[in-house]
Amino acid sequence: MSNEIISFFNTFLSTSQSEAMATFVGIFFLINFVIIIVAFMTLLERRLLGRLQNRIGPNRTGPNGLLQPFADVIKLLTKEDIVIPAADRWPFNIAPLLALMPALSVWIVIPFAPTWILADLDIGILFVIAITGVSVIGVFMSGWASANKFALLGSMRSVASIISYEVPMILAIIAVVLLVGSMSMQQIVLFQSIPLVLVQPASFVIFLLAIVAELNRSPFDIVEAESEIIAGYHTEYTGMKFATFFLAEYTAALAWSAVVVTLFLSGWRIPFVQADIHPFIDGLVFLIKTIFVFCIFVWFRGTWPRLRIDQILGFSWKVLFPIATLNLVITAIEVLVFNDVFAVAEGETLPTIALVAMGLINIAIFIVVGIALNKFIKPIDQEPQSYPVTREGMTL
Amino acid sequence: MTSFYGLGALKGLIVTLRYLFRKPFTVEYPDEKLVPNPRFRGNSFVWYEDRCTGNGACAKACPLGIIRIVTHPTSRPDIGNLYAIDRFDIDTGRCMFCALCIEACPYDAVFMGNDFERATKTRDGLVIHKEDLVTGAKLPTQQFRPQLEAMEYKGEEELDQHEAGRWSL
Ligand code: SF4
Repeated sequence: MSNEIISFFNTFLSTSQSEAMATFVGIFFLINFVIIIVAFMTLLERRLLGRLQNRIGPNRTGPNGLLQPFADVIKLLTKEDIVIPAADRWPFNIAPLLALMPALSVWIVIPFAPTWILADLDIGILFVIAITGVSVIGVFMSGWASANKFALLGSMRSVASIISYEVPMILAIIAVVLLVGSMSMQQIVLFQSIPLVLVQPASFVIFLLAIVAELNRSPFDIVEAESEIIAGYHTEYTGMKFATFFLAEYTAALAWSAVVVTLFLSGWRIPFVQADIHPFIDGLVFLIKTIFVFCIFVWFRGTWPRLRIDQILGFSWKVLFPIATLNLVITAIEVLVFNDVFAVAEGETLPTIALVAMGLINIAIFIVVGIALNKFIKPIDQEPQSYPVTREGMTL
Repeated sequence: MTSFYGLGALKGLIVTLRYLFRKPFTVEYPDEKLVPNPRFRGNSFVWYEDRCTGNGACAKACPLGIIRIVTHPTSRPDIGNLYAIDRFDIDTGRCMFCALCIEACPYDAVFMGNDFERATKTRDGLVIHKEDLVTGAKLPTQQFRPQLEAMEYKGEEELDQHEAGRWSL
């Protein structure tokens, strides 16, 4: 598609100028497209959450509540924009943008179709990890600048959980990258003649759970635990600044869903169909898969109650981290051995039979580890200790 | 007794997934109305003027004294002397819907009604006057009226005084 745009601009601009213009057009469309989709994702989340909890959800604004996102935006736009006097003005105002920027930047390397990708970087997935790390700064900045203890606590918790969950997440990604032999998002999609979720189910589960934590979504949403710290880092934000945080959160959720689709659900490819059909159909397939993954996040949110901070960190370090490491080591050995056994030449990919074998081994490991964990890991939540009340033991 | 780590969490997911394919419990109120329980002791009263003898039993029974009855003596060929009602005001703003007035009425003239949409902007708006009782929907409930229970009346169609009372006056 970019070629057509370039040739259109070529009619009145020089080649290098028209290439730059094509990039701008691409960015413009991408950002608007993503934000509109995100607006409707908020509605989808609320409706779906309602149905999961035996309710209906917002359905009064427009047909089936379809105008609800617009009503929300109008409401937030017309709200008073308050900057509390004690706040650190600059960081306070920049923080929402710093949170939104990385979430939008991720879309640069997301392949919607064989040609629909803004920049097919060689280090695509590394770029995703690096750029999403920046959003923590936005969150922390807002908490710090708010002059509010709850906001500060919320952002502290955010940093703690994101640091611990980035480790298993990256380990899960490395397993995939090892298998594919490339970090380019487009290469990863092209590799997946069978979706990698069947080859690496353990990585998929680890990655999914780590993302939920990374996004601070329920059940790992201690960052915004209403019952403990009001609204966490955006306690002091109103109006459009709050909306920007909200937008950043959902854009990030959708972006990570797109990354999951790219890494594990064979991206724009229709599973088990070889060739790409048409960019529009590919884009549609990609979008449907992304929304499906987003719905899984909503499903988690509708089901699991919020965990405590020690449970969250414990889950990361005691459960996800060992599995991810084990999975990585075994995948590395598998790749070496299978490359030898099937005599794969340089630049070729493993045959399907090898991938199926890997998948079976992976599932076997998963089951063994699951049973072992159940045996060795005590439930994180112990019985509440009872303190004997004696005269001596009483503190006055 | 889970044998696999995280099995409980998976079970929870299945439970919520089942709700996804179920009809939601929510009743969308203004579009969709439920008929109250047949014995509903609700927010309104049904009164049959032709059954009322004006003896004021309900006004005397009311613990709050919020029923105000003004009468004048008259007579009717079918039942003889009686008090005709000039005013019959029930201040439902203070009513606790105990239905003692219903129990007190010896002639089955007053019933609890099944209307519940009586929100107003003033306290005066909550007072039910005689005119409201005369023109209001005749949808009595079964509260302390065994004959309605016997005929399995569900509050769906209006009843006239002969159908509602235990005997005709
Ligand atoms: S229901 Fe009770 S409080 Fe209300 S008018 Fe009748 S007797 Fe009085």
